[in-house]
This record gives sequence, structure tokens and C-alpha cells, in this order.
Amino acid sequence: MNILVCISHVPDTTSKINFTENNTVFDSGGVQFVINPNDEFGLTRAIWLKEKQGAQVHVVHVGTSKSDPTLRKCLAIGADKAYRIDTPAVDGSSVAKELAAFVKTNSYDLIIAGRESIDYNGGMVPGMLAALLDIPFVPNCVGLEVDGTTAVAEREIDGGREKLKGSLPMVIGGQKGLVEETDLRIPNMRGIMQARQKPFEVVPAQQVEAISEDMKFEKPAPKAEVKLVPADDLDQLIELLHKEANVL
Amino acid sequence: MSVLIIAESENNALKRNAAEVASYGVALAAKLNTSCAAINFHAANAAELGQYGISKVTHSTNVQKSFDANAYANAIAAYAPKNNVTHIIVSSSADAKFLAPLLAAKLNAGYAPNVVALPEELSPLTVKRTAFTNKAFVHTQLLATCNIIGVGNNAFGVIENAVDCTVEEVDAENVTSNLEQVSIEKVAGKATIADADVVVSGGRGLKGPENWHLIEDLAEVLNAATACSKPVSDMGWRSHDEHVGQTGKPVSTNLYIAIGISGAIQHLAGVNSSKVKVVINNDPEAPFFKAADYGVVGDAFEVVPELTKKLKAFKALG
Ligand SMILES: Cc1cc2nc3c(=O)[nH]c(=O)nc-3n(C[C@H](O)[C@H](O)[C@H](O)COP(=O)(O)OP(=O)(O)OC[C@H]3O[C@@H](n4cnc5c(N)ncnc54)[C@H](O)[C@@H]3O)c2cc1C
Repeated sequence: MNILVCISHVPDTTSKINFTENNTVFDSGGVQFVINPNDEFGLTRAIWLKEKQGAQVHVVHVGTSKSDPTLRKCLAIGADKAYRIDTPAVDGSSVAKELAAFVKTNSYDLIIAGRESIDYNGGMVPGMLAALLDIPFVPNCVGLEVDGTTAVAEREIDGGREKLKGSLPMVIGGQKGLVEETDLRIPNMRGIMQARQKPFEVVPAQQVEAISEDMKFEKPAPKAEVKLVPADDLDQLIELLHKEANVL
Repeated sequence: MSVLIIAESENNALKRNAAEVASYGVALAAKLNTSCAAINFHAANAAELGQYGISKVTHSTNVQKSFDANAYANAIAAYAPKNNVTHIIVSSSADAKFLAPLLAAKLNAGYAPNVVALPEELSPLTVKRTAFTNKAFVHTQLLATCNIIGVGNNAFGVIENAVDCTVEEVDAENVTSNLEQVSIEKVAGKATIADADVVVSGGRGLKGPENWHLIEDLAEVLNAATACSKPVSDMGWRSHDEHVGQTGKPVSTNLYIAIGISGAIQHLAGVNSSKVKVVINNDPEAPFFKAADYGVVGDAFEVVPELTKKLKAFKALG
């Protein structure tokens, strides 16, 4: 089985979010970049499939050489080969088109992406990729069993879960639940050494045109000071929620 | 040029979020000086969209009843170009976020999810949406001939604007499915995090699962959904689908009550777009107090039962 895991490279969850150049550019100064958490759950699930059922696990990323350390980390925790499609990621649609072109020339049985990236939160790439390839897609995936030519994937829905079955190849949008936090792997010395020997290919981009563009960023207005209510006067809290906030 | 809203249904009735999506679509159509129609599968009460200014609903029942993203996307992708649709409005529900990327790829449409207001420019179409998990906003231009706007939950609100509404029954075209439903589990009769007006959320400060009646009792009085912080679901005190935050479910409700939750950046990121936040915590230094609108410094084991009791009395008064 050949598995492709799509990797997004995002600011660490604790990062301070700031912008430069008149709020048009994300300020990456001092920001630590990591594998997008949703993608890391998916990558870990792919490595399990490899260990239990036998598989080749490839990772792919659309971006510049700035993301190479993130891809090296994927190799260090168990991916067999990394590809970087060499163009800045502009919007969800162009990334999905680059990935679709890549998948058409390299065949995969299973494609795992993350539910959404934690930077732009678009959640667009996996679904668009599946639609472009005309293959099944299951987002918010919290359970996955693969068996020869079919897969059963479970998705989280509002207030529950739905189990869906489809034929391979399939795209899933992974998240926590696919594996648990404690299952995530930390690269060890041996993994890091091995990663240096593993194939890492830079693929020229198709140069597809983006159909959306982020023009300007804005930070939320500073928050007003919290109103504290004494613990022995909860009537006051109810009064505030009712009359002032209008939410009761 | 025309606006199309996708009105979601569940159990043969419109979902609650259809009202907000309709209100947004109608307001956008007014700005564009054009009409706004709706498409819906299976809701027996589709004509109720007339309350929010929708005068025409295209209604089909020849698709699978339980939501089938690929079939629905195929049907809408066949419908939109024939009806000159240039703006498609969807919600931010899990189903909408499943459907919209498929539809966008099929139509080669631009798509912006989590949009918080009407477009600030109509040409080029420019929308404001949340980014960096609510730590910022970004103004995005959508440059395709047809573009999809995903309205953030509770971001726009509902505008009543009653008009006559005709429901036209048609057979949806091109409805092919590529997934088969094996099973669906859904807690019946309980408010969900996505749909509830109020969410009551508990953290590690509650000490153990045996104390969750505090959260559940308060939630019951408020007709609220229950949620929890990540460690609470990691430790198995509560089930995973209650985990909210950056790596859990997003919460964008009218009232979010956080009990025994410290307010770590990853937790806040996922709940910050809720309108009003209340924190109950015995540590006055807990970071949640910086993000909340109202706070009580106190022991949850004393404050919460008292609050539940008082709210019961308040609700009984009507
Ligand atoms: C990559 C990453 C992603 C993450 N994603 C998420 C996420 O999506 N969601 C999430 O929630 N977390 C997430 N976290 C974890 C986050 O950093 C925090 O560890 C977590 O939110 C803390 O949960 P908590 O507030 O329940 O527990 P704690 O931080 O332990 O806080 C417990 C609070 O309870 C209070 N307390 C104790 N006793 C009482 C009492 N008797 N009465 C009242 N208050 C009391 C304490 O003062 C304290 O403030 C993530 C972390 C990482 C690294």
C-alpha cells in the first residue's frame, strides 16, 4: 500500500501572531514552525498502518525551502520519502491543484491530509484534492480501517459520529482521534540520523493561478477588562448576563 | 448574477443555521441588486425560509436522505451555472465544511470559510474572515466567476424579513455518490456544541468525571451543550467529541461558560469567537480572566451549584 500524507507547515500553537509591512505579511520573526497538528495525527496513523499492514509512507508539501526542517522531521518520525513542490502556498485551491497534479503522476492508495491547518483554518485542501481527483473524501476523520481495496473512515459530526465506506484511493482529513496525543512520536537520534539518508525530492511546480488572495491582516480589538462578580453575589451575575449581555 | 444559499436540513426539517445563512444571502443580494434563491434537500418546511426573505427554494428529494457531500456537491455544481449563480452562501457547520471544498473544486469557485460580515467590497469580492484560529482576521479577495462564502456561526445573525416563498420541486441532476454510510451515532435530544446558544465547559479544575453533574445540571437549566478542555478528554473523563479548542471543536456560541479551565492559549483560540464568555475559577491569576467578559473568583464546587439553583429560580420566573 502506498500512502501519501500532505503536510502543512504552521506556526506553533503558542506563537504570538503579528504582522508586518502594513499588516500585509505574517511576521515569522521568532516564530517556531511545526508540522500542522492535524497532519501529525494523520502521519502517525500512516506510520501505524505501515508497521501493522506494511506500506510506503510518503509526505508531500507545497512550499519553499523554509519548510524543509518540517519535512525532515516527518522523515525522522517514520515517513519513507519526502517531496516538496517548489512554490509558495498561496491559496487552498492552488495548493490542491498542485497536489492533484502530483498524485496523478505518482499513484497512491490512501491520501491523508489534516482536517484544517491551524494558520488559515481553511480546511479546503483535502476536499478540493479529492474532488479534483474524483475520489471519495472523509473529513474530520477520527477512525480509519483500511482493507485491501476499501477503507472505512469515521468522521466526527455535530453531536456524534458517522462511519463511511468507500473504495481506494480515498482522501481523508485527519484530526485528533485518528491517534491520540500520547501516540505522537518524538524524533529520536536514530530517526534523525536515518532521515538524512532518506530520499527528499524537490518537484517543480505547475504554477497554477490562485483564485483568492489574502490582502490584509487585522488583530482583534483589545478586550475590555473582565467584570468580576463576588462569589457570594451570583444574582448580580445573572442580572448582568440578562440585562447587559442579553444572553439569558 | 445571482445569490444562492444552501439551506441545510436534518430529519426532514431545516437546520437552525439555515436562518442565518438565508439572512446573509438576502442582505448580500440587496447590496448586489440581484435576487437570492435557496437550494434544499428534503426539508418538509423549506417554505419557512420566506421568513428570512427567500422567495424561491429549489427543493429536491431524489438524493440520499442523510447528508451525502459528494452527491449534494454534484447536484449543486450542475444547478449553479445554469442559473447564473455567482455567489453561493453556506454555513460553517461540519457538513458545510465537508461540502464547500468539493463544490468549489467542481465549479472552480473561490471559497472563504469563517466569514464574519458582509463583503466590504463587491468587486473584487472581498470578505473578512477569521484566521490563526481566531487570533486574527484576514481580508481575502475571491477572484473566480463564482465564489463561495462560508458564514461563521453566529457571526452575522438572523434578520426577519417575511416574503412569499415558492418551493419548486425538481429532480437534482448528477447525484452520484462515492461513499456508503455504514452507521451513524448521534445523541438524540441533546444540544450540540455546534448548534447550542450556550455552551457550559469544564476543565481539570473539576478534579474528576464523578463531578460532572455540576456541569450537566448547569447546562440543563440553560439548555446548553456540554464541552471540556483537552486534558479532560485525554484522560477519558469525557468523550472526545466534547473537546473544544484549537485541536478540538471550534465554539462560536452566544454564551460560553468556562469552569475550572485555566485558559491556555490553545483553549482560548478555539472558543474566543463566542460572544460572551464567563469564567469561574478559584485562581484569580488564571489567564482566562484576561479573555472573559464576566468572571467569578471562587471554588467551582460551591459557585456552580449555587448558580444553577439561582438560574433555575430565574428561569421559573420567565
Ligand atoms: C499543540 C497543542 C494543542 C492543544 N489544543 C488544545 C485544545 O484544543 N483545547 C484545550 O482545551 N487545550 C489544548 N491544549 C492544552 C492546553 O495547553 C492546556 O493544557 C489545557 O487547555 C488545560 O486544560 P485545563 O484548563 O482544563 O487544565 P489546567 O490548566 O490544569 O487548569 C485547571 C484550572 O482549574 C482551576 N481550578 C482548580 N480547582 C478549582 C476549583 N475547585 N474551582 C474552580 N477552579 C478550579 C485552576 O485554577 C486552573 O486554572 C493544547 C496544547 C498543545 C501543546
